[in-house]
Amino acid sequence: MTFNMRATLLFAFVAVLFVLEGTTTVWIFSGSWNTSLGILNMALISAIMALGVNLQWGFAGLFNVGIMGFVALGGLATVLVSMPPSPGGFAAGGLGIISGLLMGAATLFVAIYAYGHMPKGRTRTLAMLAILIVGFFVYRAIFDPAVAAVEAITPASTGNLGGLNFGDPATYKERGWVTLLSWPVGGILAAGAAWIVGKAALGLRSDYLAIATMGVAEICVAILKNEDWLSRGVKNIIGIPRPVPYEVDLQNTPSFVERAASFGLDPTTASTIYVKLLYGVLFAAVLLFILWLAERALKSPWGRMMRAIRDNEVAAEAMGKDVTRRHLQIFILGSAVCGIAGAMMTTIDSQLTPGTYQPLRFTFLIWVMVILGGSGNNFGSVLGAFLVWWLWVQVEPMGLWLSDTLTAGLADDNWFRIRMQDAAAHMRLFTMGLLLLVVLRFSPRGLIPEK
Amino acid sequence: MDIINALVAIANYVLIPGMAYGSQLALGALGVTLVYGILRFSNFAHGDMMAFGTTITILFTWWFQSMGLHFGVLPTALLALPFGIGGAILLALGTDRTVYRFYRRKKADPVILVIVSMGVMFIMNGIVRFIIGVNDQNFADGSRFIISAREWKEWTGLAEPLALKSTQALTVVVAILVVAALFWFLNRTRTGKSMRAFSDNEDLALLSGINPERVVAVTWIIVAALATVAGVLYGLDKSFKAFTYFQLLLPIFASAIVGGLGNPLGAIAGGFVIAFSEVTVTYAWKKVVTYLLPESMAPDGLVQLLSTDYKFAVSFGILIIVLLFKPTGLFKGQSV
Repeated sequence: MTFNMRATLLFAFVAVLFVLEGTTTVWIFSGSWNTSLGILNMALISAIMALGVNLQWGFAGLFNVGIMGFVALGGLATVLVSMPPSPGGFAAGGLGIISGLLMGAATLFVAIYAYGHMPKGRTRTLAMLAILIVGFFVYRAIFDPAVAAVEAITPASTGNLGGLNFGDPATYKERGWVTLLSWPVGGILAAGAAWIVGKAALGLRSDYLAIATMGVAEICVAILKNEDWLSRGVKNIIGIPRPVPYEVDLQNTPSFVERAASFGLDPTTASTIYVKLLYGVLFAAVLLFILWLAERALKSPWGRMMRAIRDNEVAAEAMGKDVTRRHLQIFILGSAVCGIAGAMMTTIDSQLTPGTYQPLRFTFLIWVMVILGGSGNNFGSVLGAFLVWWLWVQVEPMGLWLSDTLTAGLADDNWFRIRMQDAAAHMRLFTMGLLLLVVLRFSPRGLIPEK
Repeated sequence: MDIINALVAIANYVLIPGMAYGSQLALGALGVTLVYGILRFSNFAHGDMMAFGTTITILFTWWFQSMGLHFGVLPTALLALPFGIGGAILLALGTDRTVYRFYRRKKADPVILVIVSMGVMFIMNGIVRFIIGVNDQNFADGSRFIISAREWKEWTGLAEPLALKSTQALTVVVAILVVAALFWFLNRTRTGKSMRAFSDNEDLALLSGINPERVVAVTWIIVAALATVAGVLYGLDKSFKAFTYFQLLLPIFASAIVGGLGNPLGAIAGGFVIAFSEVTVTYAWKKVVTYLLPESMAPDGLVQLLSTDYKFAVSFGILIIVLLFKPTGLFKGQSV
């Protein structure tokens, strides 16, 4: 009972924070429901990421610091599913790119096969090297011209293959429901990447897994930044269709304007709030569904087995559990959840901007959420995500308020005042680190501990 | 003549940058490997400790420059380096005292310490941004080149230029001096021997009366010094930006693991393995191939195996290969 009380009170506290943000302009609050809902939507997405990490860390004790990579792959899925195919793109080099990639995969497969089936010795090493080198050059020979051909087509607007939103390209934005399909696809893409990483790096020590996942994340983002045929690289993809109506359309709908007026709202505010609310409902539905699944998993025999493996691998292995396979399984599941969240994030942004993927924001911040909320507890992760995301957004106004208060008597051009104003912008990282350390030191089990 | 030109091109674009980058990585990896050997966790805050030491060094460099104090042909940063090291040592010891010691006494799981070091990383990153901001800071002065491309062409009459930046030569020389001093310390002095004993077998070391707190403190002092030297050399050679040091974490860890975590010799070897692979794989070999092959076979493309932005992929690929085939690294490292 006390446990539930505590959780309920904490969630109520978070709710109050969001309501204050929407209603009052006192202290750091903006008094704008738009801002409040904006923070809430990102908090919902962060909560899904935190659930994914909690699966891996809280249930199984796997140390994944490559969340950013899986999130980015989810974002890529949104583009691949919901954008229209670029005119002429596939005809120019689609087949070449696909056969090139298949060639690359075949090379790796043959090399691994040779490694497994040839007698150990120098011949095997040389054969593998030969396969890899020849395969690499064949792959480049097929792949490169195809890529060049695709990227040469209207590079200013497309230059990529585009996505799978077939139908009339002129009206692709009207088929926003396709974007919803990209969410599970994002999960599948991330799961595929997690399978490869897990195959190579699980079973190694925890530190090694950490470095390996960190490397994979950097590589995923590097691919998004560089493979223009896929994601237009740093030129970004904009105008991803939305599963919710556009504000402009709403403002031009008389019935909507009328309804807004009956609430005493002007059409612009009403439309933006309405759109954010719709997104919020969609995200909350996904979050609740995943939360429900995670809770079911936690309480099932499978969940108990996972925790048994986490707490004592040797004993679990002695009981006949295949530790490596179970680790691989939950690693894939957790990464898939992060991929879904990544796709959702790209959906609400309506654009894919590979340059914005930063490990501090997308990997380590999610870790702060999970640790603060309470690792091993799904509700804890959700709570941690809400709190930390709220804080992440509000630390800057808080910092400005703090620097204003500290330098209240000083003139506007005083160097100390200017310095403090600058410093406020960098408060975020410092606060997050401090929060993480304080929680780990004084309440290592988090706000809502594992039962 | 073409063969010589090709060799010069290789030296200019692969050998020299690779040596400099390798020395920087080796110094960074030494710090990571020492923390791992003595304190037994992977220190994610290492990159940001490098950034912090460098920041202090830059501040002192600017102060010296404003007083008109220069170091002749050498960069003023070398004069400021001891102060940077001092700052980093204070920070490292302070962090150990306030943060790490608690978990050490509790004999916490290494992975908890790794998460703790993530928190420290955030804080150090924040401090660096507080102090110096996020912009590019250039603090190199003194003479820019030992051999400039123009001089080289005049001396040798070769078509292919070769330039040796003074920061590159400086990096290698300083790295050699620092590493020599470190190995002398570890192998010849009493404290160094006690550190190695502690790293090999903690219980036995404690039984023989080695003071663990002292070993840990000395380790942090050395690590802070190494991190600052590595950071300043990297900053002189390239430029200083708060977050590039965070990005160096991956190649540094790759170097340390490839060489064998906990093994100082391995860290150096690993640094050079990673640096040279990154440079060779991402270098456009067109020039060299054009020199070596007859004109009719000259390549059209850049003959670049991977684009430069994939240099992470290189360190990562090597890391995975080594982990799969030789999990303790090239030199035997520790395995927990």
